[in-house]
Amino acid sequence: MSKSDWAYLSNDLIYASMAVCALAFLVFAYELAWSIRVGEEKTTINRREKVLRVAQALTILYFLILFIGVLARGLSAGRAPWGNMYEFSITGALAFTFAYLVASLKFEVQWLGILITFSSLLTLGTAITLLYVPSAPLVPALKSPWLVIHVAAAIISGGVFLLSNCIAGAYLVLEQIEKKRDGQRPLWAQRLPKLETLDQLSYRLVALVFPLWTFAIIAGAIWAEAAWGRYWGWDPKETWAFITWVGYAAYLHARVTAGWKGRRAAWLCLIAGSTFLFNYIYVNIWGTGKHTYSGL
Amino acid sequence: MSISFDTQPPQLSGIGFLRWIWRQLTSMRTALVLLLLLAVASIPGSVFPQRSQNPLKVNEYYGTNPALAQWLDRFSLFNVYSSPWFSAIYILLFISLIGCVVPRTWEHFKSARALPPLTPKNLERLEEFQEFSSNQSPEEILQVAEGALRARRYRIRNLSDSLGAEKGFIRETGNLLFHLSLILLLLGVAFGSLGGMRADVIVSEGETFTNVATSYDSLNTGGLFAIDDIPPFTITVKKFTAKYDLVTNAPQDYQLQALVVDEPGKPAREVTVKVNKPLTFGDTRVYLQANGYSPIVTVRNQAGSVVLRGPIPFLPQDGNLTSTGAIKVPDMEPQLGFVAKFLPTAERTAARGGFSTYPEALKPLLDLAAWSGDLGLDSGIPQSVYRIDTEKLRQIGLASLAPGQTWDIPGGVGSITFDGFTPWVNLQVVRDPGKGFSLVGAIAILLGLLVSLFGRRHRIWVRVSQKDGGTIVHIAGLTRSPGLDEEIKSLASVLQMSTKVEGER
Repeated sequence: MSKSDWAYLSNDLIYASMAVCALAFLVFAYELAWSIRVGEEKTTINRREKVLRVAQALTILYFLILFIGVLARGLSAGRAPWGNMYEFSITGALAFTFAYLVASLKFEVQWLGILITFSSLLTLGTAITLLYVPSAPLVPALKSPWLVIHVAAAIISGGVFLLSNCIAGAYLVLEQIEKKRDGQRPLWAQRLPKLETLDQLSYRLVALVFPLWTFAIIAGAIWAEAAWGRYWGWDPKETWAFITWVGYAAYLHARVTAGWKGRRAAWLCLIAGSTFLFNYIYVNIWGTGKHTYSGL
Repeated sequence: MSISFDTQPPQLSGIGFLRWIWRQLTSMRTALVLLLLLAVASIPGSVFPQRSQNPLKVNEYYGTNPALAQWLDRFSLFNVYSSPWFSAIYILLFISLIGCVVPRTWEHFKSARALPPLTPKNLERLEEFQEFSSNQSPEEILQVAEGALRARRYRIRNLSDSLGAEKGFIRETGNLLFHLSLILLLLGVAFGSLGGMRADVIVSEGETFTNVATSYDSLNTGGLFAIDDIPPFTITVKKFTAKYDLVTNAPQDYQLQALVVDEPGKPAREVTVKVNKPLTFGDTRVYLQANGYSPIVTVRNQAGSVVLRGPIPFLPQDGNLTSTGAIKVPDMEPQLGFVAKFLPTAERTAARGGFSTYPEALKPLLDLAAWSGDLGLDSGIPQSVYRIDTEKLRQIGLASLAPGQTWDIPGGVGSITFDGFTPWVNLQVVRDPGKGFSLVGAIAILLGLLVSLFGRRHRIWVRVSQKDGGTIVHIAGLTRSPGLDEEIKSLASVLQMSTKVEGER
């Protein structure tokens, strides 16, 4: 297959993955709507469980198609598919979904599927309509083995940070709902994990991935030393990576040492996570500096 | 870090007050606030242009918004990361860190040799309390428990009717390593900027660059940098090749072939420099940072004798290397200057004038505006070699030359010939003696972080008492990390298993 064949195949696969993802989203939504209507009636629980499993299977299928799509994009360019923002976005959606699928093996997070598929759809849609650039070789500064190391670490960290943010957000919403109803949950929310579980889960995800984020920054610094002649230069992207790092460091301190929990911790987690998103969206597209690889 | 909640200053003077200040500064809450403050304080540096990164953008800002720019400058908002307030935050943060981590390291060092704590009176109030009876003697139970716990790398303290076990010191070790390494990293940064230097030089193909302070186009040095620290190498630029994508015009590869002499008298060696492959001379590295074109021109006077000849570096203005520059001819009466534009692949529209559509020289053209008068070179004020101040000059003609063409300047002043062009490269010479420390610091930070986040610290106590001829066993523990429940469950089952086996015999 020629390089342009791979590029076309990749585009087709990205569209296909979006279709499957949309389907998964609809099934998740159907199941949610059902549970809101009938609550935790015993007669429907088993049937709904099956629907949930269908949605989960569709999510896995979507993930696999997207994976091959990203792979094909890499083959079409003859390099790791991380050279511009379109490629960061499709890989980011992949990492985010992967984090969810892995987490759902160990924790009860299937219910998050609706959020995951929705935000993946949003990311992929934005990527293919607004951020798309034709597959092309890398600019000289990106030609380094550090590309794979630094960007992979950053993308995986980002995926897990965002997953943890989804959980922290769910915590805040559920907490608000419970507060209004004197600690009671409406029927549809009863099968969701307890507040403490959500709180703990979002913390454990951050604690798990914070070292990886630290590594991503260090790897970036080592690379910057070779490519730009300094390992740290307060480039906007570096500055915001630092802000995210400090934000999550403060979050971990607040939890471990100062004993923060629940609502305050969830807010801090959301703030730190939003600095990551800001860095990704704002600095890539509108920012100046050396990290402007969006190709737009 | 120590957690302190006394916020009211005590009615003390002198030493007491200082001690109170110190306690406040080294408290966990202060450290957290400073940490968050540092994050917030670094935001403006990504909003406003910074002198350290892009001085031209700062000048532009001054041009469009002079009044506001002056106020921003007053608050160091164009130099955020070297501003007094930014420095104040991180210096306070590091004092707070040192004040907190150093005593804690000492405590940790002492407690590493201490025995696990005594068994608390009421084990049932602790975590994961378990109770069962056994037909073994108390001594046997404690012996089995000790064996099982030692196998799991617990340190044991034997008491008369109980034992205490502890593991996971490494968690605090990692935590301290993390914080101490932050200090090392900062020292590396400070040492690098004090003892380091950064210089830029533009070298055209065929030219030789000798690494001495006077050959740099610009030079920044740290306070402790000695000019003698500059290694005496020379670099001869033999050939520079740039490859571009034909569709997107984006650069694909830059390659510089050069001859390097490490110090006078040493043999020359051939090297290839690329964007991610700088040259290294000890602490000093040489980076390939930018490239452009130097048009080669010959200027003759009325009499036809050469007054200027050679490559003149022009500055690229866009990705297609539309380059602008100045050709100054001071040795003429009146002086002559050319405001010039070099177009590697020339195109012209009424709206934009001349510009380049591709970075390689496929259709090179040199646009010239000739000016006559006083170039202002003798005023003593340093001026840019890329620009001409046309205030005291009079424009005498315009021309556009292809390579090889000669233009007889109107008024019989003389002529200029566009002989050709040669690429130039911008070499950046950087010395950073602190980066090794920073790297070690960064790796140790990561290591400490991993250990402190994933190391598990548990304390377990086992107490035995005799009752009705049997033995009652109590197990409980204390922890801040997950996994204690499983540790205690498996310890209990080991002890119960040994009971059962004994009972069946």
